[in-house]
Amino acid sequence: MITKRIIPCLDVKDGRVVKGVNFKGLSDVSSPVELGKYYSDCGADELVFYDITASFEGRKLFTDILKEVASKIFIPLTVGGGINTVDDFDRVLNCGADKVSVNSGAIRNPSLIEEAAKKYGNQCVVLSVDVKRVDGSFKVFAKGGRENTGLDALEWIKQGVEMGAGEIVVNSIDTDGVKKGFDIEMLREVLNIVNVPVIASGGAGGISDFVTLFKTLPTIDAGLAASIFHFGEVAIPDLKKELKNNDIIVRL
Amino acid sequence: MIAIVNYGVGNLYSLKSSFDSLGIKTLVTGDAKEIKKADKIILPGVGAFRDAAASLKNYGLNELIIEEAKKGKAIMGICLGMQMLFEKSYEYGEYEGLGLIKGSVRPIKDVIPSDLKIPHIGWNALKFHGEKSPIFKYIKEGDCVYFVHSYYGADCKDFVIASAEYGAELTAAVSKDNVYGCQFHPEKSGEVGLKILKAFSEI
Repeated sequence: MITKRIIPCLDVKDGRVVKGVNFKGLSDVSSPVELGKYYSDCGADELVFYDITASFEGRKLFTDILKEVASKIFIPLTVGGGINTVDDFDRVLNCGADKVSVNSGAIRNPSLIEEAAKKYGNQCVVLSVDVKRVDGSFKVFAKGGRENTGLDALEWIKQGVEMGAGEIVVNSIDTDGVKKGFDIEMLREVLNIVNVPVIASGGAGGISDFVTLFKTLPTIDAGLAASIFHFGEVAIPDLKKELKNNDIIVRL
Repeated sequence: MIAIVNYGVGNLYSLKSSFDSLGIKTLVTGDAKEIKKADKIILPGVGAFRDAAASLKNYGLNELIIEEAKKGKAIMGICLGMQMLFEKSYEYGEYEGLGLIKGSVRPIKDVIPSDLKIPHIGWNALKFHGEKSPIFKYIKEGDCVYFVHSYYGADCKDFVIASAEYGAELTAAVSKDNVYGCQFHPEKSGEVGLKILKAFSEI
């Protein structure tokens, strides 16, 4: 059977990884290439590189770095941030990305999902959604979670899949940073309405949160996190061992 | 030197890089002369079967690859490149492949339970069939590789060298004499994938 995936997410600004701590044997923790390679060697199943640069120069730097990453790391790479057009897909796919994650760009122009899926296949298009509860319903937030779009999250995700998104990243703003576990309730609702892979994001505080995630929601495909990996709070080999001890199928 | 056939479909950057990292010389080329000169051939491919088959034909490389295979040159098809080795594909119609390996390409959804997701995407374990293939020389049964596909190699039982379990036994790799095919992406399968590419280069 397909293994459950563990995915570290690296935020990159002006060519450097934002917020990282030193790992033993790692000379430059803010180098996307070094940190990415480190995670890959530790057993990460996939890496997400998120470009949080705003400037044109920064974007160029990001693609240069992406190329270097893809020439040294041979696991699937997903790239997000600043993806607004099919040309942006071209730009990062040509640098060795395997999947491209869209968020605000798709909210502004939903047909982006359709166009990209037609050109590159559904498996290449990842719809990333920042979701927060507002008055008892799930709403889509844009601009890094600062702006309520008013869109119903479940409707938007359904629409995204219909238009060709091959994978969904659900980032719960409510649990993000709280470190008390993934947003099981929200994820369950999403799993009920789509039949493409769903990746849980937001809320992981320790190994047990991943065990709970995969045990409670057997159809969830992957768990994504950033700071707990970057700060060394959770080591991927330990995490995978514990998942295996709990009869969750992982790649060791 | 290994020729990585460039016929205008898909990105060959990762594939080339993975050979580079092993110190193995490759040339990404769509030039018939260069492909003839090469010791081995990699046939990559992503996207839809119809388009890829048409593109290979447009580059005038169909016959060449068949000829080189018949001469005994080692060839490895990857992902859609593996599917192209078969006689035909039923992806959105019925299209002819290279016919180097007996079999056809059919939708996964016809053979797996409906609650499983399609595409079959992610890391899955290899189960070996028959005698261990030389391309698996450096890996062991149960090692995981990375898959992304919605169609699979069918009617090719005699040539399956590895399968992956996904509600059914899906063809993961095939071989017939000097022709090999991997449904998964060795260039995205970490150390295990690199070991497969290295073993192929040593055939």
